[in-house]
Amino acid sequence: MRRTQTATLKIASAVLFLLCLLVAVPLLINATGRSDLYYTLTSVALLSIISAGVWITFYIGRINIGQGAYALTGGYVSAILVMNYGVSFWLTLPLAGLFCAAASVLIGLPILRLRGVYFAMVSLVLTEVARLLALALPITNGASGIVSIPLPSRLSLFGLTLIPDFATLANPRLGFYIASVLLMALCFLGLYRLAHSRIGQLCQSLQQNEELASSIGVNIAYLRVIAYALSSFLGGVGGAMFASISQSIYPSSFTVADSVNFMLNCFLGGLGYVLGPMLGTFVLYFGWDLLFQTGEFQLLIFSTVLIVLMLVLPNGLMSLALPRKRSL
Amino acid sequence: MEQVIANGLYLGAQYALIALGLTLIFALMNVLNFAHGQMYVLGGFVTYAIYGQLKLPFVVALLCSGVTLAIFGALMEKFLFRTVIRRSKREESTMLLAAATAFFLDAVVLLLFGEKQRGVPKIISGVFVSERVILPYDRILVGVIAILMIAAFMLFMQYSKPGRAMRALAQDRVAAQLMGVKVERYSMIGFALGAMLAGVVGGLLVSITGVNSGIGGPISIKAFLMVMIGGAGVVGGAIAGGFILGMMESVGLTVLREYGDITYLVIFALLMIFLSIRPHGLMGKPWG
Repeated sequence: MRRTQTATLKIASAVLFLLCLLVAVPLLINATGRSDLYYTLTSVALLSIISAGVWITFYIGRINIGQGAYALTGGYVSAILVMNYGVSFWLTLPLAGLFCAAASVLIGLPILRLRGVYFAMVSLVLTEVARLLALALPITNGASGIVSIPLPSRLSLFGLTLIPDFATLANPRLGFYIASVLLMALCFLGLYRLAHSRIGQLCQSLQQNEELASSIGVNIAYLRVIAYALSSFLGGVGGAMFASISQSIYPSSFTVADSVNFMLNCFLGGLGYVLGPMLGTFVLYFGWDLLFQTGEFQLLIFSTVLIVLMLVLPNGLMSLALPRKRSL
Repeated sequence: MEQVIANGLYLGAQYALIALGLTLIFALMNVLNFAHGQMYVLGGFVTYAIYGQLKLPFVVALLCSGVTLAIFGALMEKFLFRTVIRRSKREESTMLLAAATAFFLDAVVLLLFGEKQRGVPKIISGVFVSERVILPYDRILVGVIAILMIAAFMLFMQYSKPGRAMRALAQDRVAAQLMGVKVERYSMIGFALGAMLAGVVGGLLVSITGVNSGIGGPISIKAFLMVMIGGAGVVGGAIAGGFILGMMESVGLTVLREYGDITYLVIFALLMIFLSIRPHGLMGKPWG
């Protein structure tokens, strides 16, 4: 009885939150006239999708600092498909994700055998590899990148327009905002299901002790590749969306600093909570933006706050709201 | 070819010194020090300020770099890392802390010294010219100092009391504590020593390549590479990794010149293949 009650409560609050984002936020922005906030909020939504990917790898006990590589790859795949082959953007979105997932299976098979710091370091190097590849490959157009990517076109099913052509929209920013928020909702819904499913439980067993899990009969090699592929899929989708919003992609669009930031988002939000990456991204991104007024001291204050946060709340922000729920 | 090898050795000696500090911190604390490159930059700027601007002797500047960084490292261990390790549920949290310190150092260096590329006058002028090899004297000097420091560091770790204590700590923290090693004190000394090494290398190299506030990140990545090649937490591995990377870079820049700027791409690809065969590097412990 109790359980169904809390379940309905959770669903209700999730729906309320989504409605808030989709209706109340645009109304507020219209009222205050700060339409630049659309871009900020869209970025937060997309970055939290990418960070959610990192969170999955944390869930199997790997520190992933290579998410920037997949975000960059996703962005390039989408941009090249749209520009060179005229594929509709909405089709390239899953394609970019799938491409990244396939690439991550190939890369992951050898490197997922590494653990702890070794995996962290290799994944960090991976971001650098992606950047160098983007510079060296002929199709990515080197350092000048791919620019003036057209806005997403119309998506229709059986003659019914599902998504209008963004170029004809009065406010394409609002369109991108809604699309990103919906994507984010979808992503975190999936993440929540994953974390509470059988596979999620198995992933936690990997996080705690791989040998033990393997001795009980968990196929650890298979599981960790799947988790890593999912993580890269999210990275690719997020990166593709980003390329479309900024209508350009460069080798320096996602760098090592971004990869580290994705990891920080997860840490800051709390690794034990599904919504951790979302909260972490929001706080980190807005904190950084707010500090813009402090000019040259921006980075100094930002990093000091991070250090203090780490000292006071080493288990993430979410550990404030849900104290001791999981502690043993 | 001799020229390439000489360049490789010179690069390798510096790289090994950088990697030594990183691997020492990792072995003692299980902390991946993201701020290592930034410590290197700070050391470089201290030397720049003292040798380049105040015109004091280079040796004094180098000492100051080392001491500043040692103090900084000790404080960082005592007040930041120790606290977080004690309070956190997952030990990966130290990575966030290390990344935040890296940002912090970046900001400090940027505020104090600006974003310009800084250089200092040469320590000694002149170029060594023989039939096959051409090397400026200051590079030779820096290379020799680096190798001497590596030797001194190894002797210190091997024969001195703190060195023995730190090796014991790296092998087994609990057992070392039971044997009466003051774990906290030696962790702090180790962290200070690692930071000092980074600072001294920064000071040494400012006389040749100069320094700017943006190179901290790339230096950290190179240091990670070396540590991965040699095996994390192993002193010999760090030295081997440093020399291997230096040699690969030197050879790669010559051999792959006509294909454009792909040396590091090749090195990364080789590293992936190498790591899939030997996941813990040349000499690393399993699951270090």
